[in-house]
Amino acid sequence: MQKFTTVTGVAVPLRRSNVDTDQIIPAVHLKRVTRTGFEDALFAAWRLDPDFVINKKEYQGGRVLVAGADFGIGSSREHAVWALRDYGFDVVLSPRFGDIFRGNSGKQGLLAGQISEADAETLWNLLECDPGVELTVDLVSKTVRVGDLTVNFEIDDYTRWRLLEGLDDIGLTLRDEARINEFEATREPWLPRTLPALSPESISK
Amino acid sequence: MPNVIPTSKQYSSTGLRTLAEKVWDKHLVTKGENGTPDLIYIDLHLLHEVTSPQAFDGLRLADRPLRRPDLTIATEDHNTPTLAIDKPIVDLTSRTQIETLRRNCAEYGVRLHSLGDIEQGIVHVVGPQLGLTQPGITVVCGDSHTSTHGAFGAMALGIGTSEVEHVMATQTLPLNPFKTMAITVNGALRTGVTAKDIILAVIAKIGTGGGAGYVLEYRGEAIRALSMEGRMTICNMSIEAGARAGMVAPDQVTYDYLEGRAHAPRGADWDAAVAYWQTLATDEGASYDAEVIIDANELEPFVTWGTNPGQGVSLSGSVPNPADIIDANERSAAERALEYMDLTAGTPMKDIRVDTVFLGSCTNSRVEDLRAAAEIIKGKTKAEGLRMMVVPGSARVRIEAEAEGLDKIFLDFGAEWRFAGCSMCLGMNPDQLEPGERCASTSNRNFEGRQGKGGRTHLVSPLVAAATAVRGTLSSPWDLVQDGDQ
Repeated sequence: MQKFTTVTGVAVPLRRSNVDTDQIIPAVHLKRVTRTGFEDALFAAWRLDPDFVINKKEYQGGRVLVAGADFGIGSSREHAVWALRDYGFDVVLSPRFGDIFRGNSGKQGLLAGQISEADAETLWNLLECDPGVELTVDLVSKTVRVGDLTVNFEIDDYTRWRLLEGLDDIGLTLRDEARINEFEATREPWLPRTLPALSPESISK
Repeated sequence: MPNVIPTSKQYSSTGLRTLAEKVWDKHLVTKGENGTPDLIYIDLHLLHEVTSPQAFDGLRLADRPLRRPDLTIATEDHNTPTLAIDKPIVDLTSRTQIETLRRNCAEYGVRLHSLGDIEQGIVHVVGPQLGLTQPGITVVCGDSHTSTHGAFGAMALGIGTSEVEHVMATQTLPLNPFKTMAITVNGALRTGVTAKDIILAVIAKIGTGGGAGYVLEYRGEAIRALSMEGRMTICNMSIEAGARAGMVAPDQVTYDYLEGRAHAPRGADWDAAVAYWQTLATDEGASYDAEVIIDANELEPFVTWGTNPGQGVSLSGSVPNPADIIDANERSAAERALEYMDLTAGTPMKDIRVDTVFLGSCTNSRVEDLRAAAEIIKGKTKAEGLRMMVVPGSARVRIEAEAEGLDKIFLDFGAEWRFAGCSMCLGMNPDQLEPGERCASTSNRNFEGRQGKGGRTHLVSPLVAAATAVRGTLSSPWDLVQDGDQ
């Protein structure tokens, strides 16, 4: 994962709350077996409407999405994060995120920053009055800057650290492999195992 | 979240623990320090074709082994056809996805229940049915409805594909401790009111973000009175309130369900397991971070009118007027929802005519659900022009239902009797709504386009689904009784 410090780019105001992952990427686009190539699937149903904000020419090349509360609720599909990344977004700002979506974002270098409802409104107004304006999102100081305005965002310290350092989660965990081995040795013998496969027919004999 | 009452929690000073905290503590590999998450051991990892291929690829690229194939199991469910399952899948990208899962499972030694196998089915129906889902364990799956397994007193989390890869490689997950919320459902449900109505009412009360950051524990008389199937329905939809998981403490109902299942412990192991399971219930006097109280006596059949599961109302109510909603964001969401759903404020819910009834999904596709719906429609005629699709949760559910003759009841009624899978719940396979088509669905999500582009979904219980299929408009079984009196 690449290190993340600051991003400066066009910001897109998505004035909607409860943007679930079925809207971010409808299920029919989940059939692929790769991690890339999902840019056209992003908001696929909404993009059919020429007036949808992402279709407006002022917002082309958007890198920061400013959305309403409860962004990314619903399905756990990480494809939602891949689609946002493939389209070119590095940052989503929202007053509240779906937990799984927020976790997925952190694994894929997408910054999910939590802002207040009031700041979301301020940013929306600003981006709508001055479409195409660029914001700077600074992960070091946890701020969003545009002109004279500075808005703070929240992100948990661990995710912030991993993004700043560009660290791979699995590699970090495997440093503790000895502890995992120790833990496994203490597990009760009657805990379920999937192998060998048993069926009601096989056990009744 | 006006309906969530924060409590002043002091468990650390008293040593008293809730169910969720006990399961967490038991699986702690390392305790996080200085803001790092805890490392939690995962007892059971469920896989399916949609969220696993990129995780297997990740393992392959990093040349990492799958750590515990014996704690991993896969089924084909999201993208499988529910007709002609003996024929090659017509859609080539769907076929590739299924074939990729088969190749990956063969390469990494993962047990897979493929289309046509007696244990194939929706992953959240299969785990409990095999007895793999047990009290006090940690379960993960790359699917948000993994919360279903919490009905057994397991900590069951839906995860993303990066986390799927993490569990494959390490059998652990780094997780921040969750807050706990008690959902106490007092009293008794009236006839015709079900587990589905409880959870729809809970979500309407706390909202789609009300459970964010929490593990919900469902408790109280009305929860104790539910079967395992009913408890699974409730835990299944915890995610729709934004929660990471939902749980019910195990009791005799749980043990009776599990005993004798293929992977349940036996003999002395069974006794040891039950002795442990009995220690899991929340300690008397332990406190939660928040509590919500529901009176089951007051509940009626519940249906959604909007495009998120929190936009629900009693079936006897009407489509709400957005103008009455104080919060500006919620008001505009409601206006947008009514436009999408093509509904007018003030319309009685029971006047809403539907085109399709879908009985299925990991929320309501177990044999008890099919039985309840069959009981309602038996000997009746399907409303003219209406389509009803019945999709059992697993191949075994289908066989069990057929042994009871339920298939015949559905077919005589004019419903379609399909093979097992996720089907129209998410419309990944050909089972989709047409644009503008309106559906009464026993599934879990009424998001825009969820069941097919432009499709309109009303979430309902199996009883309401069945009564609606008879009358053609959103209906409860009581409406059928009244029709009969006339």
